[in-house]
Amino acid sequence: MNRPVSILLASLTGALVLSVALGSVPLPLDRVLAALAFQSSQGDELVVWQIRLPRALAAAFVGAALGMSGAALQGLLRNPLAEPGILGVSATAALFATFVLYFGLATAGPLVLPSAAVAGALIATLLVALAAIRTRSVVTLILIGVGLSSFSAAIMALLMNLAPNPFSLADMVNWMLGTVDNRSFDDLVFALPFMAIGAVVLLASRRGLSALALGDEAAEGMGLDLKRQRLAVIIGAGLATGAAVALAGAIGFVGIVAPHLVRPFLRYDPARLLVPSSLLGALILVLADIGVRVLPTDSELKLGVVASLLGAPVFIWIAARRKLA
Amino acid sequence: MSVLQTSNLSYAVDGMPLVVDAGFSLRTGELIALIGPNGSGKTTLLRLALGLLSADMGATSMDGKPVASLTPVERARKVAYLPQARPLVWPQPVRDVVSLGRFAYGAALGRLSDSDEAAVSQAISACHLDGFEERAADTLSGGELARVHLARALAAETPLLIADEPVAALDPRYQHQTMRLFASMARVGRGVLTVVHDLDLTLRYATRVLWMHDGRIVADGSPAETFTSERLRNVFGIEAEIVRNGAHIRLDTFGPA
Repeated sequence: MNRPVSILLASLTGALVLSVALGSVPLPLDRVLAALAFQSSQGDELVVWQIRLPRALAAAFVGAALGMSGAALQGLLRNPLAEPGILGVSATAALFATFVLYFGLATAGPLVLPSAAVAGALIATLLVALAAIRTRSVVTLILIGVGLSSFSAAIMALLMNLAPNPFSLADMVNWMLGTVDNRSFDDLVFALPFMAIGAVVLLASRRGLSALALGDEAAEGMGLDLKRQRLAVIIGAGLATGAAVALAGAIGFVGIVAPHLVRPFLRYDPARLLVPSSLLGALILVLADIGVRVLPTDSELKLGVVASLLGAPVFIWIAARRKLA
Repeated sequence: MSVLQTSNLSYAVDGMPLVVDAGFSLRTGELIALIGPNGSGKTTLLRLALGLLSADMGATSMDGKPVASLTPVERARKVAYLPQARPLVWPQPVRDVVSLGRFAYGAALGRLSDSDEAAVSQAISACHLDGFEERAADTLSGGELARVHLARALAAETPLLIADEPVAALDPRYQHQTMRLFASMARVGRGVLTVVHDLDLTLRYATRVLWMHDGRIVADGSPAETFTSERLRNVFGIEAEIVRNGAHIRLDTFGPA
């Protein structure tokens, strides 16, 4: 294991423990550990196992999925600004999930909602990738993503406008803003398989991302099966992002910030970037979620809002500093 | 002995013929210059020959096997390709970019075998990039970058190399050095096909010249056989005189015809 990965793993473990310890009732470390080992009072175990741990893990898995998807999409499209949020993938997935909620289809089974989000993510990734490959222009790509996001947001606004009651309205707001509040282990169980398959597909095809650094033509000449590579990244990123949205709603910018920060430590290699990006994505969201819970605001801030507040300036900074190509 | 053989290749986009009935062979031991004016179909012909584009008509084979039947990795181990467009997005160190040339051998950056390392070091030296190994790609000049890409293609250590305008960004000294490198590769039993715009370099180094005009190969032979004033006028639209001095041929160019 290389050094960035070890450091990130250690920090992530620390952040997860911290996340379980902090909250409206702070638990000292020994009580946290005792509760994790089922050696504690029922109250402590309830707080840790039913409320805080699933929430912390949800933040971690969502961050990991978004970080890895962002890194893979950036490698495929050779663009440091490509990210599920910017490209409209998250918004489309959230829209599909909202549809299912709106028409009451989610009650049909626990897999309906994640499947809908994954389907939305796959469709959006496919659309954007096709457009990117056709136009080969960075600006066009981002604009198509903006268009897709706006369109999804418009339909979402329409659904909110027509919302039958305040409860479904509140539900939709949660999807749009993104949160891991009130997540249970059941939610995790139904989203994780999609994430796991997506991650495996991305990791299995990561070596091709290195080759793509030299452009499609050179990569093909070097022996890369371009079609297969593109398909793998689209499916992998679609599955992972869709599952992340199913778990937490649309959370933007993690997929941009995480790869950007670790890139210099991995010699800018798009393949070696995947694992550290997912770890850093997880770390960012776990820390942001701690912040959301600890900040003394009247109503709890949404995780996605905090992520955007931190991430959007980084996006602008990267866009303004681009040199190559 | 490796041979890339193409015959009767035709390719059209939206009814516009880009390559018409073109065929050639590239063998080890040869340094072929593919010449022709802008838009004559040189790059398209190369991509057809490599199987990166599928031809409307005609066939292309490698050592007797149709290129389409080879896997991308099998093909990449026989012939290296240096395309004309070389976008680099990430400021990767030179050594890593060159190491990508070992892709077809299963190499992953950060995990190179000894033979991969040896090939990469040799390619770096051959392109005079010693001392540049850890420089970031975005700090290099156009010519240095062109040599990095060439080193990447050389690192694959394939019997055949196809290069699309490898010397375009280079100063005269490196142009000659690159062509000399190709010539020595051909002498030790590798085969090189390169698109060149400089006719003097072609005359000096090529063992064979393919002349391309409006998608067709209009001449195929040694420089001495194929360079004539008439052909230069017809293909390139320039007025030039061929000066023969024993075995040595020189070009005296007056201007557009």
